[in-house]
Amino acid sequence: MLVEAAARLWSVPAGEITVTAGVVRHAASGMSSGFGAIAERAAGLEMPQNVTLKDPADFTLIGAEGITRLDAVEKARGLATFTIDVMRDEMQVVAVLHPPKFGAKVASFDPVEALDVSGVLAVREIPSGIAVYAVDTYSALRGREALVAAWDESAAETRSSEEIEAEFIAAARAPATVSEETGDVEAALSESAQTFEAEYVFPYLAHAAMEPLDGVVEWTPERAEIWSAIQIPTVAGPVFSAALGVAEDAVSVHTMYAGGSFGRRATASGQFEAELAAVAAAGGPGAYKLQWTREDDMTQGYYRPLTVHRLRAGLDTDGNITGWDNTIVNQSIAFGTIFEQTVMNDGVDRMAVEGSVDLPYGLPRRRVSWAQMINPVPVLWWRAVGHTHTAYATETFLDELLAAAGRDAVQGRLELITPDRARDRAVLERVADMAAWSGPGNGDRRLGVALHKSFGSYVAQIAEVENRDGAPHVTRVWCAVDCGVAVTPDIIRAQIEGGIGFGLSAALYEQLTLEPGGTVRERNYDSYRVLGLEDMPQIIVDIRPSTDIPTGVGEIGTPPIAPAVANAWRSFTGETPRRLPMIRA
Amino acid sequence: MATRLTVNGTPVTLDVNPDMPLLWALRDHLKLTGTKFGCGIAQCGACTVMLDGVPTRSCVTPVAAVEDAEVTTIEGIQGDAAHAVQKAWADLNVAQCGYCQSGQVMVATELLQNIPKPSDEEIDAAMGGNICRCATYARIRKGVRAASDALEA
Repeated sequence: MLVEAAARLWSVPAGEITVTAGVVRHAASGMSSGFGAIAERAAGLEMPQNVTLKDPADFTLIGAEGITRLDAVEKARGLATFTIDVMRDEMQVVAVLHPPKFGAKVASFDPVEALDVSGVLAVREIPSGIAVYAVDTYSALRGREALVAAWDESAAETRSSEEIEAEFIAAARAPATVSEETGDVEAALSESAQTFEAEYVFPYLAHAAMEPLDGVVEWTPERAEIWSAIQIPTVAGPVFSAALGVAEDAVSVHTMYAGGSFGRRATASGQFEAELAAVAAAGGPGAYKLQWTREDDMTQGYYRPLTVHRLRAGLDTDGNITGWDNTIVNQSIAFGTIFEQTVMNDGVDRMAVEGSVDLPYGLPRRRVSWAQMINPVPVLWWRAVGHTHTAYATETFLDELLAAAGRDAVQGRLELITPDRARDRAVLERVADMAAWSGPGNGDRRLGVALHKSFGSYVAQIAEVENRDGAPHVTRVWCAVDCGVAVTPDIIRAQIEGGIGFGLSAALYEQLTLEPGGTVRERNYDSYRVLGLEDMPQIIVDIRPSTDIPTGVGEIGTPPIAPAVANAWRSFTGETPRRLPMIRA
Repeated sequence: MATRLTVNGTPVTLDVNPDMPLLWALRDHLKLTGTKFGCGIAQCGACTVMLDGVPTRSCVTPVAAVEDAEVTTIEGIQGDAAHAVQKAWADLNVAQCGYCQSGQVMVATELLQNIPKPSDEEIDAAMGGNICRCATYARIRKGVRAASDALEA
């Protein structure tokens, strides 16, 4: 329509007009225009009935290599502005002392010693704790250290994660709400020549993004400005409006670069936003930066849910899978939030079972069930959400069944993939080619494979693993991806590499533990170990050519890596790690 | 109590509590915000600055310890190695969220200043203490090698 508008404006044939880099041009007459100048004219034209999209062969930007990120230079020079970098005139910096257990509240506190700290301006109770207002960050932190507080733990979770886990395991052994079921699974299992059973335990996980949660508010009774890397600003706006008594349309949220998030900066509850709003409201009109420390970030919840899977399956005398039963137990991420209505179907949180249902494999008698646990530990999506545990349980258990049946891990999967799942098949075949797969091998380096669809994309990975002093060390990962049309291939590769590193971090090291009594054990990177550079494998990514619609990229590298590593590791030890992380302090 | 030091080549006087970590003095008082807070206990490396030419965790370095010292932050690094690293970082799309990259660039620059052709082991040893939660490690390694090649050319 822009072309048509230009053609009419310049009285030239539309077919002679070209559009390049945002400029509409008629070469013969030398006429040219930006989009904006002719937009109004174009808007007045009749909408065309049939639009022919550009031939993929003519794409100049989609799929192009050598394009760098717009933020690449400023981030290499330390010039990108994150929330923590926002400074306002007369801005107070605020640290909040939070209750030591989930569900605990302030009982009483004595601000005298905190107020004695030089630079501390005020101490105020807010719903989530006790806020210390100061002239700078250091004073706020010192003031917080000096606070004396007592807590009401009557509604607190005081169990250890070990106790919580025991409750979850018991639930996994009982009937649960069915999410997907075909055929009679119990009959299938009882008719089997061989049956298999396994219980898996996945810990709570912290997102542990590099920039601890933070936010800045500057407000008057007439208007409020907020600077924070808020992933759901539509949740945040009303929170600030209500807390500050400022009209919603007078609240502006500046969505800042996130110093990592992996889901953490997107709580349906608006946890951090509510605290930031409370800090600003209690302080009165002015400017405030609420700065969480690493310890706040790690101990204040919104974890990947602690999860138990119980799997059962059978083989017939020919090694065919007769039945497949997977019971998943965890807290719901959606329950009690604005997402509950869209995510909870027939009593099942789709985010809890995703990746264990809709498998590419033909398992005619199968059942997937879910049992919901409720406790005060806040849970949240964590890069790849349910797939972080479902891919592991499914792909390691399947690998063991294939091995028990004497089948190759790749060939066995290919035989199970149903005809309608050609894209799953293609990435698996491709990754087997890339790694020159001929089984796990028996040398110093062993291979393991996993296949997993998530966020609409298809990913197969083969991990090459060494036994280094009795622990897995991953040396190489091959990854075949089908994410539809690859718009920015290098950014996709970067996301896959990072996603694999993120998943490997959890597979090897990460766990967030509640001590007996309910306090969080891991409070900083010294105890919450994350992947370091020395553990990063070489990663070879192949993006399949595709004309399908573009699908997810940011999360899809994460799910298959843990099972691929575990399947390789089983070749050394004979056993699948049933509990993550594989390496514990 | 005033502390005198040089920051990015400019003499400055910090009139702050001498126990204050250099990190917060740089950020809150000198408004040099390129140096980042990640952990506060010298575990992540996001706060790395050069202290008399040595990569140092500013989050655990009190202002009292930098009297008369020369501090260089990400805003102040110069020279061939720094430029090569920063160019490689941008060309290779190393950064994702980018929050840790100031620290990564500082350490990579110092590595190449001392060892212009580092081996893979030397790269891992030098860069191994800096956490990147986006796990951009593969490109950090590539970036150091590319910068090294550019310095040689």
